[in-house]
Amino acid sequence: MTDQQHLNTLSDIKRIMDRSSRYISLSGLSGVCAGISGLVGAAIAHSWIRDYYTRWETSGIFDKQDFNILKIKLTILGLIVMGLALGGGTYFTWRKARKDGLPIWDKTARNVFYSGLIPMVAGAAFIAGMVYNNLEVLVAPACLLFYGLALVNASKYTFGDIKYFGIAQIILGIINVFYLRRGLYFWAFGFGVLHIVYGVMMWWKYERNASAED
Amino acid sequence: MAINNPIGNLNKIFDSRIRLGVMSILMVNDEVSFNDLKQMLELTDGNLASHLNTLEENGYLKVHKGFIGRKTNTTYQITKAGEKAFKGHLAALESMIRSIE
Repeated sequence: MTDQQHLNTLSDIKRIMDRSSRYISLSGLSGVCAGISGLVGAAIAHSWIRDYYTRWETSGIFDKQDFNILKIKLTILGLIVMGLALGGGTYFTWRKARKDGLPIWDKTARNVFYSGLIPMVAGAAFIAGMVYNNLEVLVAPACLLFYGLALVNASKYTFGDIKYFGIAQIILGIINVFYLRRGLYFWAFGFGVLHIVYGVMMWWKYERNASAED
Repeated sequence: MAINNPIGNLNKIFDSRIRLGVMSILMVNDEVSFNDLKQMLELTDGNLASHLNTLEENGYLKVHKGFIGRKTNTTYQITKAGEKAFKGHLAALESMIRSIE
């Protein structure tokens, strides 16, 4: 064997180790897409909540039914935003995997999915309990906190950068607990702005050169 | 002769790229199923199985036979001996490259 062959063997080993332990098809554009859905959702929620308070102030009395309608509307909006973010995110990741000739769903993808799913499901159940107990003010910080934990947990199986993104969400969620009535702004910043910033950074770092080669 | 012959440290078993690939995967993953190995290395069943047998016969990996429902699910795990052999092989490769530089 020549020297070049030994070098090739070593780089093969490194590549196989990387590919078999980390999911590298996650696209930065998925983050941008999630961020845009988050911002649009937050803007819609903001206008609904403002209208609700305007109605309350003009009538001067608390309308329980109106409040419940708002709650249901916001829950549905949240689910739609999540669906759009997941759908768009999956699309861009699928596109990247296909371009690189990698399977979109393999062992590493399963690892990312299940390690992220556990904090997410725990968070969802916990938040449902908060809404049930009329603790709406805690919903936004809890969303940020559990999402951040899910990212940190899943980062072991994909780009390590995701860990810092997760930590940023956790910090944001904790600060939010001390500014409870500002939840929507924190939510919009975490799920909207941070996603877009991070998505662009990831794209710049890992995908920019790859797309320039096309 | 032994001093200047790092080739002697290269492990014959790892001459095969497939066996080297299997070991690389098992070094960084706890337990890997047959199907995942097949997918990651893009191999056919028969080809992969024969290489896995060689590695098992040399004591480099442990085989666990299990079931998921009714389907068999065989997983593979690296042994201490396997880890040592793989690391020795890597070190030998590295020293060969360094000796030329």
